[in-house]
Amino acid sequence: MAYTEEELKKELETKEYEYGFYTDIESDTLPKGLNEEIVIAISKKKEEPDWMTEWRLEAFRAWQEMEEPEWANVTYKKPDFQDISYYSAPNKKPKYNSLDEVDPELLETFKKLGISVDEQKKLAGVAVDIVMDSVSVATTFKKTLAEKGIIFCSISEAIQEHPELVKKYLGTVVPKKDNFYAALNSAVFSDGSFCYIPKGVRCPMELSTYFRINQAGTGQFERTLVVAEEGSYVSYLEGCTAPMRDENQLHAAVVELIALDDAEIKYSTVQNWYPGNDQGKGGVFNFVTKRGLCEKNAKISWTQVETGSAVTWKYPSCILKGDHSIGEFYSIAVTNNFQQADTGTKMVHLGKNTKSTIISKGISAGQSQNSYRGLVQVNSRAENARNFSQCDSLLMGNRCGAHTFPYIEAKNKTAQIEHEATTSKIGEDQIFYCNQRGIDTEKAIALIVNGFSKEVLNKLPMEFAVEAQKLLEISLEGSVG
Amino acid sequence: MKNNSMLEIKNLHASVDDKEILKGIDLKVNAGEVHAIMGPNGSGKSTLAEVIAGQEEFEVGEGNILLEGEDLEELSPEERAHKGVFLSFQYPVEIPGVSVTNFMKTAINESRKAQGLEDMPANEMLKKIREKSEMLEIDRKFLSRSLNEGFSGGEKKRNEIFQMAMMEPKLAILDETDSGLDIDALRIVANGVNKLRSKDNAIIVITHYQRLLEYIVPDFVHVLYNGKIVKSGTKELALELEEKGYDWLKEEAAV
Ligand SMILES: Nc1ncnc2c1ncn2[C@@H]1O[C@H](COP(=O)(O)OP(=O)(O)OP(=O)(O)O)[C@@H](O)[C@H]1O
Ligand SMILES: [Mg+2]
Repeated sequence: MAYTEEELKKELETKEYEYGFYTDIESDTLPKGLNEEIVIAISKKKEEPDWMTEWRLEAFRAWQEMEEPEWANVTYKKPDFQDISYYSAPNKKPKYNSLDEVDPELLETFKKLGISVDEQKKLAGVAVDIVMDSVSVATTFKKTLAEKGIIFCSISEAIQEHPELVKKYLGTVVPKKDNFYAALNSAVFSDGSFCYIPKGVRCPMELSTYFRINQAGTGQFERTLVVAEEGSYVSYLEGCTAPMRDENQLHAAVVELIALDDAEIKYSTVQNWYPGNDQGKGGVFNFVTKRGLCEKNAKISWTQVETGSAVTWKYPSCILKGDHSIGEFYSIAVTNNFQQADTGTKMVHLGKNTKSTIISKGISAGQSQNSYRGLVQVNSRAENARNFSQCDSLLMGNRCGAHTFPYIEAKNKTAQIEHEATTSKIGEDQIFYCNQRGIDTEKAIALIVNGFSKEVLNKLPMEFAVEAQKLLEISLEGSVG
Repeated sequence: MKNNSMLEIKNLHASVDDKEILKGIDLKVNAGEVHAIMGPNGSGKSTLAEVIAGQEEFEVGEGNILLEGEDLEELSPEERAHKGVFLSFQYPVEIPGVSVTNFMKTAINESRKAQGLEDMPANEMLKKIREKSEMLEIDRKFLSRSLNEGFSGGEKKRNEIFQMAMMEPKLAILDETDSGLDIDALRIVANGVNKLRSKDNAIIVITHYQRLLEYIVPDFVHVLYNGKIVKSGTKELALELEEKGYDWLKEEAAV
């Protein structure tokens, strides 16, 4: 995001959750409820080939047999899966060639978000595939990418245009039956992004997608698949904001990353779904399955800044299958008011000399609960596997909670696993020191929180880091005193 | 008579948890002056400094603090800072992950904002940082380290004066800035402070040692004892204290 500091400051002056507005675009919505007919209807609407319909049905049947998981450190009223509409697409959905053709209301929405496509286009080096309420409505920079043989399109388009790639990789990292939410997603996913980097190609720009939930009561089931062929490199940015709503909205995305030999994928997320109001009413339920597979010498880095959602359940993971592969997880999770987050990572060491790093920063304020849950698993044949984990928690006030659940399963004696954890509070003396230098308490907290999160913020691409800092400040507003 | 009063404290009482620490302080500091405050441990020197800076931990009972004639009572610590009050802390606080540069940039721009000014342009800021760090012989690499985190005692104090140089306060209170500084550092820091002296600002130096006052020569010396200023004089008083200690004053105060 090309925010100047001045703009940033102005935005910070607004106390309200700024992105709480609702775009009134006509939608084409399926009746509420979920059964085989609905799954077939979704597939039909998207004009999918038979194998895809069948794939969805298998997932649906598996899902029906599954139970919603209970082990996370979160409590919430379970969504009624029969009271959700599983498909919603903006009515007018031609492919736009220029901005003039885009629905003015949509442009207005982007303006409020501060990410007008116009601005994005000018923002050199960023191609944006915007997912508005389940269907991609605009894709830019496609041409530049095409010249390098890079495919970056919506997953629906990929199913039509590149079925062999989708068929080969979809569900290989996150199997259809992996877990309750992944199975649900596999059955009903409406859209998402597909990205393919050919052998030896370095993607010349950050690929980025902005997600947005729009239609009332519409679940959002995004599906993302990123394939990096041998020796290729890609940096992928995912960011989202959601409109203010009273009823809980369900979000169950699946992201699969495949890094073949010597490839590298950086996946960065800034997540800002509506967290509910300060009474704990409303807010998005975010149940995400993100996993990456590393072949030989490959590297996957997950970087995430989680500030939103009423309930977050999310564990970006790496399967270090190939020898010498590397997995990294850098996370900042902020919870305020009544938010609950149970997030962390899973590093599965299968190959020899595999290495993983976990840096998790949890910030809790208000009456929120913030849990880190991480698993480091070293397989018996994973000689010389190494892991370093650091989990730091920062508490603001004494009504919130921070919890750390590190699990280690090492089946190989050569494994070296280090875990460090700290819990701290923002001190009155720190605040007074800042105040004495002319920095008010709100700003002082933002400064201290940014300092606390620095190791992770530094991992984000520049424009995202600025956005992330801004989000940290906004999400902690009013948490003082 | 021209009025160039920078700070005027009248009958100031302050307490914490119902325990009175400042028991009626009177002090007048004019622009262009340097005052030294000495006194035994626990006599209330840091408390006085923090109360002037607006530390809300202390309850101010009777009395007033006026900065250039304006009563500070209703002002928050940051508002006092914006008006030009600066405190060099006896125990500077660590802020992990926030670099000295970033901290100063934020502090200066927040003060400018309060005065209705735009942010200081980056090149101007960098120039100022370069100038002031050279003046205090601070290595540039030092400025990208986390504020006070892992700083040695002396580095912390030198860094406080660097901040003073950056903020250009009207009223600077240096609380035992000399403690922890080695002999060379003391000279460098004191010279830095002297360069910042002008007819438009005032400095209050809290110290236990005459040595600092050889470099930063005070116009007046006060002795704070048990929450009260029991004796005031010129710089010779500091020498006398060095020689005789505080006992003779205790006797005088008891009278
Ligand atoms: N927050 C507090 N709670 C309780 N007592 C306090 C508090 N702050 C200061 N005091 C007490 O007030 C008295 C004065 O403390 P102060 O720090 O002002 O002394 P000082 O003159 O600066 O001493 P030193 O020379 O050792 O720095 C001491 O007895 C101290 O214990
Ligand atoms: Mg003291």
